[in-house]
Amino acid sequence: MANIISDETIEYVGILAKLELSDKEKEQAKKDMGSMLDYIDKLGELDTEGVEPMSHVFPVENVFREDVVTNGDEREAVLGNAPAKKDGMFAVPRTFEG
Amino acid sequence: MEILNYTAVELAGKIKAKEVTVREAVEAVFARIEEQEKEYHCYVTLDKENALKQAEAVQAKVDAGELTGPLAGVPVAIKDNMCTEGMLTTCSSKILGNFIPTFSAEAVRNLEKAGVVILGKTNMDEFAMGSTTETSAYGVTKNPWNTEHVPGGSSGGSAAAVAGNECFFALGSDTGGSIRQPAGFCGVVGMKPTYGTVSRYGLIAYGSSLDQIGPLCKDVTDCAAILEAISTHDTKDSTSVKRQDTDFMSALIDDVKGMRIGIPRNYLGEGLDPEVRDAVLGAAEVLKEKGAVVEEFDFSLVEYAIPAYYTIAAAEASSNLERFDGIKYGYRTEEFEGLHQMYKKTRSEGFGPEVKRRIMLGSFVLSSGYYDAYYLKALKVKALIKKAFDEAFAKYDVILGPVAPTTAPKLGESLSDPIRMYLGDIYTISVNLAGLPGICLPCGKDSKGLPIGLQLIGDCFQEKKLIQTAYTYEQARGRFGSAKQTAESGVR
Amino acid sequence: MGKQYETVIGLEVHVELATKTKIFCGCSTAFGAAPNAHTCPVCTGMPGSLPVLNKQVVEYAVAVGLATDCDITRVCKFDRKNYFYPDNPQNYQISQLYLPICRNGHVDIKTADGTKSVGIHEIHMEEDAGKLIHDEWEDCSLVDYNRSGVPLIEIVSEPDMRSADEVIAYLEKLRLIIQYLGASDCKLQEGSMRADVNLSVREVGAEKFGTRTEMKNLNSFRAIARAIEGERARQIELLESGQEVIQETRRWDDTKECSYAMRSKEDAQDYRYFPDPDLVPVHINEEWIEQIKAAQPEFRDEKMARYKAEYELPDYDIDILTESKHMADIFEQTVAICGQPKKVSNWLMVETMRLLKEQEMEPEDIRFAPENLAKLIALVEAKEINGTVAKEVFEKIFDENIDPEKYVEENGLKTVNDEGALRKTVEEVIAANPQSVEDYQNGKEKAIGFLVGQTMKAMKGKADPGMVNQLLRELL
Ligand SMILES: [Mg+2]
Ligand SMILES: [Zn+2]
Repeated sequence: MANIISDETIEYVGILAKLELSDKEKEQAKKDMGSMLDYIDKLGELDTEGVEPMSHVFPVENVFREDVVTNGDEREAVLGNAPAKKDGMFAVPRTFEG
Repeated sequence: MEILNYTAVELAGKIKAKEVTVREAVEAVFARIEEQEKEYHCYVTLDKENALKQAEAVQAKVDAGELTGPLAGVPVAIKDNMCTEGMLTTCSSKILGNFIPTFSAEAVRNLEKAGVVILGKTNMDEFAMGSTTETSAYGVTKNPWNTEHVPGGSSGGSAAAVAGNECFFALGSDTGGSIRQPAGFCGVVGMKPTYGTVSRYGLIAYGSSLDQIGPLCKDVTDCAAILEAISTHDTKDSTSVKRQDTDFMSALIDDVKGMRIGIPRNYLGEGLDPEVRDAVLGAAEVLKEKGAVVEEFDFSLVEYAIPAYYTIAAAEASSNLERFDGIKYGYRTEEFEGLHQMYKKTRSEGFGPEVKRRIMLGSFVLSSGYYDAYYLKALKVKALIKKAFDEAFAKYDVILGPVAPTTAPKLGESLSDPIRMYLGDIYTISVNLAGLPGICLPCGKDSKGLPIGLQLIGDCFQEKKLIQTAYTYEQARGRFGSAKQTAESGVR
Repeated sequence: MGKQYETVIGLEVHVELATKTKIFCGCSTAFGAAPNAHTCPVCTGMPGSLPVLNKQVVEYAVAVGLATDCDITRVCKFDRKNYFYPDNPQNYQISQLYLPICRNGHVDIKTADGTKSVGIHEIHMEEDAGKLIHDEWEDCSLVDYNRSGVPLIEIVSEPDMRSADEVIAYLEKLRLIIQYLGASDCKLQEGSMRADVNLSVREVGAEKFGTRTEMKNLNSFRAIARAIEGERARQIELLESGQEVIQETRRWDDTKECSYAMRSKEDAQDYRYFPDPDLVPVHINEEWIEQIKAAQPEFRDEKMARYKAEYELPDYDIDILTESKHMADIFEQTVAICGQPKKVSNWLMVETMRLLKEQEMEPEDIRFAPENLAKLIALVEAKEINGTVAKEVFEKIFDENIDPEKYVEENGLKTVNDEGALRKTVEEVIAANPQSVEDYQNGKEKAIGFLVGQTMKAMKGKADPGMVNQLLRELL
């Protein structure tokens, strides 16, 4: 395998993706990610000098809304699926500012 | 003829002619579901009571002459990644195990306007990540042609439900082949429209720049009718395209004289099962006999489509799936200390291994220092692939090839080797990268009796050419039949 | 001798735009609704929802860009900034990194040392986050997404400022421009304008910038000035004691007058920006820019010149009146009703400014109707009320926007113009103050002032002092 994924990298990706892996999962993830990256490295064979990266396939542009209020009070619906709520708000573990 | 053997359009015709009631159709489907669902497991959620209620309402409108379209009264299934108001929508994931949307996907609403009756939600690979419907948190779906085999994926539940007559048609979504490949494995017709043709509003995103909703159904006529019903310009989806040419049923023409069909030589090489190859080339021969101009051509870059696709899809997925965090809806872990542990435990417990694998890959390719090398590079390769298609479509009206290298693999065979599983998507993936339409329809069976899928690819907005070509082939081929043959069905 | 240090400051200013709806959905941006009443699937990150861009946001952003001499990016795009926090419902913020809508602008500020140009690196559009409320009773926080998706522009300056004075002059200038455009009310206290301060220090004469920190949570000009002083001192102290400044985000606590680092192991600060596939590019052509330009209001400099020409006001008045668009609007509207520009100006510059200061308000907070000020001026002109009463009535107008005509009528504040009644009072005052009468007759001019005062007092202020004066002289 050309791409060796370190423990630090898996740890770091876990922080970014908010995933907590068991040791066993971590080993598997290192292997999987390494081999996927080896595979993706194949793209390096292609000369893409001067090629514009294409994020949208079609030249659709300028899709807008007018600045008009269209939504009413959907509070009940919005909160309907909340795992925890209080006083019309979503309840979350305490966030410390800082 | 038994009700279940009608196509969707045939059924709607019988309902309009008062030969069949909507309720009879719904009850017939549920009778079949009760008989075999334990074995096939096509659905995550079924709602008979609601379906019967819808049936009454639809019947009243049909009787009043308010609903006259080609799908009025037809019982259908919806892939579980499309929001249905008031009906559980799980994406086959534990993390959405209790999620009840407050609105319906635009495609679903369009079908409702056409007068369909929704039976329930079909099983899929979790968040559409997979090619076998084995990554579902709610159990695997089996291929009705042979229950030791997978139905394909990720719209495996939808394809199996159509093949097993557990609905008259279904909606699926296709990010890298997720409609076409299961259609091929289950011997039904599946179509991925041009990107932007069907609104993505209400489709729970996997790879937003690649996802499209499309039909899985019994024949090309149904396919055209369904596509016509769900293709609308939606102001809620910024990527929705305004099209004037969505009268797809007008393309049901039995004629391919002068149609230029190209077969990529690269699609026929190494890795392709010889039985699949023979069936696909046999289909090409049929079209040639009907007057099409068929030739092989070199279409390179095929091998680069998969790594480009997995980079882009994983990157977008890693971001799209960030919203599943245990705060607004869905699963939240029971015990945790503090916010970040709540996030991590919720997501680690809520997502399955394949989803985690792709989220991690996606987070990595976007992370500082790797963005240019991986993500940007993949977007450039995407541009090259689009260009290669543009060149091909300057010469051909339709590109013809297999939908997958093999017929449906056995259950449990694919997941052990992810890259091999990803390689199975080689013929379908580049179509998504370039935003093109593709249709898959059955063109034979292998020696094990499993269906073989033929794929036709068109230039963007050229669905009509695909429908015309597929329809012509279908007319010549004759009725393919369903997985569970009954006395009255058979070759048309 | 100790080393001399220079402070290098750049600002990231977030401004909430004055649109009626959010940037990507049709929810209202109005303040004061019940928690989560102004939310929908889009701005709460429901699965399957998709964003659609509010056109007005683009127009406001372009207008601010044009007013700050920016280049407008002809094809701009939105990117996702990925980070997990409960106020961020999708756990990514839709913002602009790669192709922001405006670049390379500047504003000129006046400081003690003359004028100075502060560069604007870029202006980008983005969505605001929801609000977190800390529950006092349970160990949890509560999320209200009413502000989630409210449109913001972020104005990123070059590191061109060197002192708190310059920073405040820059902010005042930005605020003025944006208020004149009507793109935002720019209230720091209410959070519709927010500034993050990037600050580093270096030895005077050094070429290279020092390591900078970013300071957040600054919600008044005073807090900004104090935070700059505090952070400058903190960094110098670190350097002097041989330590290094760490590049980090710090939060200013204005009550404790100190800042602390916001870092945690879980905040990787790696935002994995990439183009948002749900939104399409925005193409701004010449024609559109011309339309926005044509719709731009009169800016302060133009207004100042016009006030001089049209109303012949002194520069001092013009300066104060135009310092706030709202104040200038009230001025113009009042003059339109009653004429008398200098009189209107006086009421605004003197009494209005005094009351604002006393009540710790901004000119933007003025709530009275120009009609009422116009009526007041008319009452004074017609000698229906005198100056003292007028001031009293104006306070009522300022506080409660009362109708002065009605108020004067109802409270019996009209000046007594009945000569008979007045003459009687004057005669009484003369009789009661023989000493002052004698003083006056002995040539002490001042004594008459006392007698006028006594008469006014006896009339409970409702007399015309000129008339009283005249009567006194006549009777003496
Ligand atoms: Mg920002
Ligand atoms: Zn909203």
